[in-house]
Amino acid sequence: MKKTFKIEVDCANCAAKMEQAVQKLPGVESATVSFMTQKMVVEAPDEGFDALMKQVVKACRKIEPDCEIYL
Amino acid sequence: MNRKQKRMLARILVSAALLAALHFVPAEGPLRLALYLVPYLIIGYDVLRRAVLGVVHGEVFDENFLMAVATVGALALGEYGESVEVMVFYQLGELFQSYAVGKSRRSIAALMDIRPDSANLEQDGAVVTVSPEEVEPGRIIVVRPGEKVPLDGRVVEGVSALNTSALTGESLPRDVAVGDEVISGCVNTTGLLRVEVTKPFGQSTVSRILDLVENSSMKKAKAENFITRFARWYTPAVCIGALALAVLPPLVLGGWAEWLRRALTFLVISCPCALVISVPLAFFGGIGGASRAGILVKGGNYLEALASTRTVVFDKTGTLTQGVFEVSRVFPAPGVEEDRVLEAAALAEQFSGHPIALSLRQAAGIESAPDRVKEVTETAGHGVTALVDGVPTAVGSARLMEQLGVAFRPVEGAGSVVYVAQNGGFLGGVLISDKEKPTAKAAIKALRAGGVRTVMLTGDGEAAARQTAASLGIDEVRAQLLPGDKVACVEELLAQKPSRTTLAFVGDGINDAPVLSRADVGIAMGAMGSDAAIEAADIVLMDDDPAKLSLAMKVARRCLAVVRQNIVFALAVKFGCLALGAFGLVGMQAAIFADVGVMVLAVLNSMRTLGAAKN
Repeated sequence: MKKTFKIEVDCANCAAKMEQAVQKLPGVESATVSFMTQKMVVEAPDEGFDALMKQVVKACRKIEPDCEIYL
Repeated sequence: MNRKQKRMLARILVSAALLAALHFVPAEGPLRLALYLVPYLIIGYDVLRRAVLGVVHGEVFDENFLMAVATVGALALGEYGESVEVMVFYQLGELFQSYAVGKSRRSIAALMDIRPDSANLEQDGAVVTVSPEEVEPGRIIVVRPGEKVPLDGRVVEGVSALNTSALTGESLPRDVAVGDEVISGCVNTTGLLRVEVTKPFGQSTVSRILDLVENSSMKKAKAENFITRFARWYTPAVCIGALALAVLPPLVLGGWAEWLRRALTFLVISCPCALVISVPLAFFGGIGGASRAGILVKGGNYLEALASTRTVVFDKTGTLTQGVFEVSRVFPAPGVEEDRVLEAAALAEQFSGHPIALSLRQAAGIESAPDRVKEVTETAGHGVTALVDGVPTAVGSARLMEQLGVAFRPVEGAGSVVYVAQNGGFLGGVLISDKEKPTAKAAIKALRAGGVRTVMLTGDGEAAARQTAASLGIDEVRAQLLPGDKVACVEELLAQKPSRTTLAFVGDGINDAPVLSRADVGIAMGAMGSDAAIEAADIVLMDDDPAKLSLAMKVARRCLAVVRQNIVFALAVKFGCLALGAFGLVGMQAAIFADVGVMVLAVLNSMRTLGAAKN
């Protein structure tokens, strides 16, 4: 399943780092973060997608504590 | 400005005012530090918080950490004023960046604002305003003059002219009447239309275009990936440099405080944000500007590829020519009447959807006579054999005639030639020509001026193809191709192209999906309303004007030039500041200014790409 999420992130470098961090999460097939459109696309198996997204949020908060991901 | 930005502005103003006031307070010792800590914490508390959280999470080299170390270091050196100043400048820079980026993001979004807000749905004899998502196919909607067409559909009542400029960049209105297709996103200008909806909103043209443009920033260009990879080692490298600068020279030369100060300046310059932001912003601006001109680019990577395209391969029909065929001359065999040639050809071809068949039927004035034709076999690229009024008839290319062993007389001329034979005897040839598009010649000229090799692929005969190519100014021709040959042809050209350049294939999106995907850049033309073309291509030209192709290339090159300028400029200023900082020639404030200045200039430069598609 491929899903798009609206995000709020203030710095371009953080967005790039978030992209890498999410890509590295086990279970994530692909992930892109666009700073310009403030969107994140995550591709992962349907099963456990929601649980995985919680980890995605956690990973992103580690990089930028003030970022928002609207699930 | 949004709320977050306003709050930041207030914090900056308050702490700057406090800082100015503290100049006149003659406090000394710990009291002085305590007083300066007030504006420092007002302006920098979030930076400190994020720095601590970053360390806890193992993210050591982020900009918050760097700023925290630099300013706390300055405090430790007793440079209270400087420490607060640096933090104020840093926050001011961040504010400016977020404002500038937000502004450009909005102006690009405004360019793409083709989303219709509402639809007027006919319901039980009354017209109600609903959201376009709620309207199902088959329902009737009313589009008043001045309104956007909200969903794709077919006109059932009314006559009007539609302005398609939001989709195609073309200002000439398109006339529609009963039975015509209308496409969402166009603006109805003159008359009231009643439209039967044919597609749900999610599959309507306007949704597909918005989807495509919004997702374009997900396909990142090489330059973008390069810069994020670069940022990954740049910051740690500068930090290590700063550490070395703080420790190594004073071991030999002494003067710890001075070297520590220089090292802190280093840290301030080490934030890679200006670089990281300027590249995607340039691509985004280029894609946004192009979409306004009716050029949809599916990703920054394709814009990048198009900028280095030095070979453009055209599928002739539908891209360089209008794809509207007309019988221009009939060459009957001696003793045969012209009408008989046309009639036989039209009857044999009556079930074919090929434009050539259509033109034959038009010339012969035969709409449909299914009873007179039997056993039709069509061979793609060759022609048709059938029993016409019980007589075996062959209509097709010279190759078909050769296969059947018909003694035919070749016809030369610009266009496609169809030969007709009955009972093995030659009846004659029909010359069918296709009109060149009026802007094709200028577009080819513009491409060639940009150093691009142009190649035309066609199923036409060698002589006809050469004639068309010569009149258009095309470099090379591959003639007499069967539909399946095009992929092989493009592969051969791909092998020939100079290294580090790319090859673009331009087609009309019908039947050329394999070639579109095989080329480095697949460009579909005249795609408005054609889903297959939008799906298969990397770059989609909404209308069928070849001039858009040279425009697209211009946008791509301009965009890449801006990206290159930004990268070089930002790196030059950064490294310049690092060098000056190492020799103690710039202070922390100057370093921050340089950093913010580079970022602002890079953002402004990037915005130029928005206008690249104009003129």
